[in-house]
Amino acid sequence: MRKVLIIGATSAIAEATARRFAAEGDALYLIGRRTERLEAIATDLKVRGAHAIACEAMDVNDVAAHSAAIDRAQAALGGLDTVLIAHGTLSDQAACQHSVTQTLAEISTNGLSVVALLTELAERFEDQGHGTLAVISSVAGDRGRQSNYVYGCAKAMVSTFTSGLRQRLSKRGVHVLTIKPGFVDTPMTAAFPKGPLWAQPDAIAAGIVDAIRKQRSVVYLPRFWRLIMWIVRAVPEPLFRRASL
Amino acid sequence: MAVEGGVYRSWGRYPAVGNQRIFRLHDRFAALSISTEVQRVLPYGHGRSYGDVCLNDGGGLLHTRGLDRFIAFDVVTGVLRCEAGVLLAEILDLVVPRGWFLPVTPGTRFVTVGGALANDVHGKNHHLVGTFGCHVRRFELLRSDGERFECSPHESADWFGATIGGLGLTGLVTWVELQLRRIANPWIAGEVVRFHSLEEFAELSRAADGDYEYTVSWIDCAAAVGRGLFMCGNHAPALSAERPQVSHKKLRVPFTPPVSLISGLTLRAFNALYYRKQLAERTTAITHYEPFFYPLDGLLEWNRIYGPRGFLQYQCVVPVEGGLDLLHEVLGQIAASGSGSVLAVLKQFGDIPSPGWLSFPRSGFTLALDFPNYGERTLQLLERLDVIVRTGGGRLYPAKDARMAGDFFRQSYTDWERFSAYVDPQFSSDFWRRVME
Repeated sequence: MRKVLIIGATSAIAEATARRFAAEGDALYLIGRRTERLEAIATDLKVRGAHAIACEAMDVNDVAAHSAAIDRAQAALGGLDTVLIAHGTLSDQAACQHSVTQTLAEISTNGLSVVALLTELAERFEDQGHGTLAVISSVAGDRGRQSNYVYGCAKAMVSTFTSGLRQRLSKRGVHVLTIKPGFVDTPMTAAFPKGPLWAQPDAIAAGIVDAIRKQRSVVYLPRFWRLIMWIVRAVPEPLFRRASL
Repeated sequence: MAVEGGVYRSWGRYPAVGNQRIFRLHDRFAALSISTEVQRVLPYGHGRSYGDVCLNDGGGLLHTRGLDRFIAFDVVTGVLRCEAGVLLAEILDLVVPRGWFLPVTPGTRFVTVGGALANDVHGKNHHLVGTFGCHVRRFELLRSDGERFECSPHESADWFGATIGGLGLTGLVTWVELQLRRIANPWIAGEVVRFHSLEEFAELSRAADGDYEYTVSWIDCAAAVGRGLFMCGNHAPALSAERPQVSHKKLRVPFTPPVSLISGLTLRAFNALYYRKQLAERTTAITHYEPFFYPLDGLLEWNRIYGPRGFLQYQCVVPVEGGLDLLHEVLGQIAASGSGSVLAVLKQFGDIPSPGWLSFPRSGFTLALDFPNYGERTLQLLERLDVIVRTGGGRLYPAKDARMAGDFFRQSYTDWERFSAYVDPQFSSDFWRRVME
């Protein structure tokens, strides 16, 4: 039985992952924004076999609340083995281009709040000397594209931060996992037309559980995105500039 | 609520409807915010009904698969409460290892609980336990005006009766509470008996009804005599003699062939072979519940074999009295037409009434057939069958229908008028508009 904290637990990928933890009888602590939905998910996970479950509402942008929330999770579970950070919002790129406030808010939710949480968690995991910090970044963080570079730069921050953190904490036996999903068919992406590149949340969840078990460093989910993003990164800037991705 | 477009079909792939707005539901607490550009909506579960009860051309579909959370499961009493988009397959995965089973299951486990309720589905145990709706303890109904009813046989009983078998028209069912059935293990002790005539079938059925919880027959409808295989079974006792395992590898029909693979020739060959699949007249075996209840679930997307034009299902029920003569007539018509059905399924329903006003099953013989869609030729054959069924006082199953005439529906579902007062003013379906014409 693992003791798992999930932040952003109402997201579709987090919920699908939590169901896999629950089926294995893990103890779970869920943090999300909306109490009613958190409780519905918690009840479901209990029925599915979670050993113990508790939840609390928190806004990740309320950085001052992080430390106490993690304390409560740790106390409720009797320690922490695995943390999954899964919250995020899909930024409205066009709106961000006309609003400094909105741009900074998106970067705060998708990037800074994750950095804040990881800073807090890294201290504790460094002390305990074991466990996994699994963080959902995105393929969007691999290269800025005109269609979503605000979201992309926040995710680039997460990818870079976790890369450094992984180097630091691996010496203390702590596993840091960077998860880069491609297009996932979730409520967050409901407005997009879906094509063959789109994956279901449960397929991503299976990949996350597998990557945690195998202590992987960086996973693209589904795996073919590693190749796609390798190509996207390899396109020379003069060519990339003229494209409209 | 999320909005997107795309073609949605029913399992028969006939008719195909592209002109629908899709609203994907994820939160059972949220109100139905139906945008003004969409006039009417209809809940859509997993799209396993065959005709047009799950389609709504020019309107919206409330896609319920995102409502897939369990709410409570009491392992002592077997009472399960879950959201309406949970699949029966997901319930089985959860409850079978804990010693419980669905009280009633249709021939596929890939349907949602809400769909099972709205179509008041039946199974091989209808003669003993009635329909799915007989085991629904309560559910919540959300109306387009935001009102919520908690319905049971005792509270909001009229909404309970209207909604069970109500084809999704009375509002959105958000969650359902079911009474499950105890089992000792996942195995079924089954028996298969060959019969050579409908009279022999009726005799087997009568003899087995008391002894077997599950009975159903496959019938060779390429041969007009009414020969077939009678299959029956019970849940195995705690000390099962055998413990067969089930493979989780599934085959899939990879693409839709340009024409139907089911033709007069393949059909006669298949039927003749299947009829002789066992050498003995009577065999017994212990099987896992999956192949026993869901032989077709092992072949994913099997509906593709009928080609791009799809197929039509035809399921009728006729009274016991005079029923065999009617079935003879039906089989005669089909054999004469040369366009028979691969999966002709015959069963005798019991007389346990359903709480649902528009529920299909009633005491009598039920015959389910599927026909590749050859256009006018097929529709004319089905109309000839209608005349036989209608004259004999029978009726058709809406969940499988894409073409029955409105006056046939209204004549055979006498509660339709009382029911229509409970239809949500913002809900409708292709089926409902068709039979109200």
